[in-house]
Amino acid sequence: MSRNNVGAPSTMEIVHRNLGRRYRAERRFRLIGLLAIVSSLLFLALLFLSIVTKGASAFRQSFLLLDIHFSEEAMNVDNLAAGDYNGMVKEALRKMFPEVKSRSDKKLLFGLASPGAAFRLQQMVVADTSIIGSTRSVWLPADDDLDMLLKGHVDRLVPETERRLKDVQLAWIDDLTEQGRLRLKFNTTFFTAGDSREPELAGILGATMGSFYTLVVTLFLSFPIGVAAAIYLEEFASRNRWTDIIEVNINNLAAVPSIVFGLLGLAVFLNFFGLPRSAPVVGGLVLTLMTLPTIIIASRVSLQSVPPSIREAALGVGASKMQTVFHHVLPLALPGMLTGTIIGMARALGESAPLLMIGMVAFIVDVPKGFLEPATVLPVQIYLWADSPERAFVERTSAAIIVLLGFLIVMNAAAVFMRNRFERRW
Amino acid sequence: MIVPLLLVCILVCSQLAYWLGARRASRKAGAGGLSSLHSRPQYYGMLTALWCGLPALLVVLVWFFFAEAFLTSTVMEKIAPSLNLATPEEISLAENDLKNMVAGHGIMAAANPFLQQAAEDYLRLKAIGEKALFVVLLCLMTATSFFLWRRISPEMRARNHVELIIRAFLILCSTLAVFTTLGIVLSVLFESIRFFQLVPITDFLFGLKWSPQMAIRADQVGSSGSFGAVPVFAGTMLISFIAMLVAAPVGLMSAIYLAEYAGKKFRAVAKPLLEILAGVPTVVYGFFAALTVAPAIRSMGTGLGLSVSSESALAAGLVMGVMIIPFVLSISDDVINAVPQALRDGSYGLGATRSETIRLVVIPAALPGIVGGMLLAVSRAIGETMIVVMAAGLSANLTANPLQAVTTVTVQIVTLLVGDQEFDSPKTLAAFALGLLLFVVTLALNIVALYVVRKYREQYE
Repeated sequence: MSRNNVGAPSTMEIVHRNLGRRYRAERRFRLIGLLAIVSSLLFLALLFLSIVTKGASAFRQSFLLLDIHFSEEAMNVDNLAAGDYNGMVKEALRKMFPEVKSRSDKKLLFGLASPGAAFRLQQMVVADTSIIGSTRSVWLPADDDLDMLLKGHVDRLVPETERRLKDVQLAWIDDLTEQGRLRLKFNTTFFTAGDSREPELAGILGATMGSFYTLVVTLFLSFPIGVAAAIYLEEFASRNRWTDIIEVNINNLAAVPSIVFGLLGLAVFLNFFGLPRSAPVVGGLVLTLMTLPTIIIASRVSLQSVPPSIREAALGVGASKMQTVFHHVLPLALPGMLTGTIIGMARALGESAPLLMIGMVAFIVDVPKGFLEPATVLPVQIYLWADSPERAFVERTSAAIIVLLGFLIVMNAAAVFMRNRFERRW
Repeated sequence: MIVPLLLVCILVCSQLAYWLGARRASRKAGAGGLSSLHSRPQYYGMLTALWCGLPALLVVLVWFFFAEAFLTSTVMEKIAPSLNLATPEEISLAENDLKNMVAGHGIMAAANPFLQQAAEDYLRLKAIGEKALFVVLLCLMTATSFFLWRRISPEMRARNHVELIIRAFLILCSTLAVFTTLGIVLSVLFESIRFFQLVPITDFLFGLKWSPQMAIRADQVGSSGSFGAVPVFAGTMLISFIAMLVAAPVGLMSAIYLAEYAGKKFRAVAKPLLEILAGVPTVVYGFFAALTVAPAIRSMGTGLGLSVSSESALAAGLVMGVMIIPFVLSISDDVINAVPQALRDGSYGLGATRSETIRLVVIPAALPGIVGGMLLAVSRAIGETMIVVMAAGLSANLTANPLQAVTTVTVQIVTLLVGDQEFDSPKTLAAFALGLLLFVVTLALNIVALYVVRKYREQYE
């Protein structure tokens, strides 16, 4: 040490002195990174958990066992649909609780059964006219308030004025439960009905069919067009200003907010071409424009991964450019293209914003039977139900979300499966 | 509906034409065998089929897009004098009634007899039209395919023709993206120009009051219809800012951990799991924000003695931030992985720890790419619709308090356009003006971001 400032620490000393602090900083940094990932995953878990716990109970529904007398007087033989089925439900309830006399109490009593109960009876009679005149015990859907009580979503301790179910009703319900006349059964209505204002009668079949028709249109338009565009850009187009413009356009369209596509659909398809509002066909057209960039980009990547030797070999044995592409390159690239298409379809299935713009938010009770009939789609149905004030719609919304997520998981799993099974690494 | 039926019919006829064409080509080959043909017989068949099917398809498309408008205008023209329709509103109202009656929705016993007559006319004309269309298509298909079938000869360059047609189809498909952009710009621009004729553009851009309810009667109180969009922009900014406050650090740190620290196994599990967040439909996030996060924040706020709106910007922003995390993550991950290993090795060689290398070498090197990715994420946040529609409010408050309700551009577009609309009220047109703004802003952000990212990539290539 020839330095004159002997007392000063050496470089190594400084390094060693700081080492502990630096290592702590290192561990802290690493922990923050891990924490970031864990917090995202935690949120994901919370999201799924909250939806599953909220929605699971919607798959079961309360039913009420009533002794219905299918009296001849109430029936109209010429027109079975016109019978007084409501009266029969009321009659059965009245018989069970003969002590109820006042008008307001009667109203409360009749409110225990769903308005859909009468319709169920009508269906029974139409299916089998021989039951007219007999008395049968029938399980009928109960009102959604009762349903909520049975599922434990209603607090009995809340003051009566703030409850939807009154004290008398609670007493009747306890009576019915004791007699074994109230039961939770599997909720078939949820899978077989269209939308309804009554939660216990609302189902997702209408929305699911709407989604199905919309996606069929989307698939049949976007897959061929997307693949064709990708083939042209990747295999035929020469690099020039025009193809540059197309490429920039595709990349930008992929990032345009989906609601803007809805505006396009509204202005062009509805107002200019006069196509029907709320129709799956228009929804399909809009979603096609929206998913095209995804499919084009995925298809191009897939085409790029086919090695040039394949093309050269085909050209070498005398195939034309078109034959090379369609007979040799395309079949090899197809699995990747299909994977991209499935992912695009999954995104289209979950999309709702552009469909709001073209009127697919209407309240539609009937299950759509075609591409031009008014329809709604699953995500929009979720949006509509989420807006409904009834407590029972919360669990139905969650249940619809579970179904939607189920579809999405299946589609994405199919995409992953295809990628692993068919995609070749060159 | 007749269109699917016609499509099937065209398909069958084309198949038939294919078969006929291919057979004729084989026959014409004669003694020389197939090698005397210019192309293989399939190509003659394909060409015949294309000639048969394409013109017919075109006709069907024209019918599909224009038939309804044409029929409506024809019928309306006939009854217009007897209905005494003066204003455009009345005409469009009558047209709507007509459409409803035709579709069988409006069972109006006391409906206007003229309209009823018109609806019957419409249905009659439509039936005639569909029959005529069918006949025309059959004739057209026979004529075009016969024309080609006659010309089939060994010298005909069938393959080249087919390839030309396919090539034209490919080009057409690839230009669709350009037409889509053009369509978006034109449709939004047209309505916006009409809007700016009613409301001065400066009022729209700089006005501080947003209340798009228009007075229907002249003496109505409280519905002034003011279109100052500043509160709407401010709300969008606020929610996007909150979202980025969540997404940027969490996404970036996750990306750093995955790229620099995580082992192969952890990465293989964590990355797909995080990408699930991107696959969850936005309506699900909206539901979660509105029914779980917002009440939780509200009760937490009341616990702390704060007044929290039930549609607070905070709830919508937080959930939106989570939605964008995978987006930030995947771009940052890309960008960090693109930083050359040599830079890291140099830093390690100087004795830096991993975190020092990341903070002082990797991040600065990757910064342009990360900034580009963040810009893309911001544009995603601005354009996000369902979360804010469900969780943010409608009231256009000009505030920076995240606990209050604010509204956003997308929320306003949805509320202005969902439901019944009249197409010349400034209320409806305002939605298109907002849409134009949204499109322009996101486009600008995207272009800048893509440019930055590309420049950055080139730097290390």
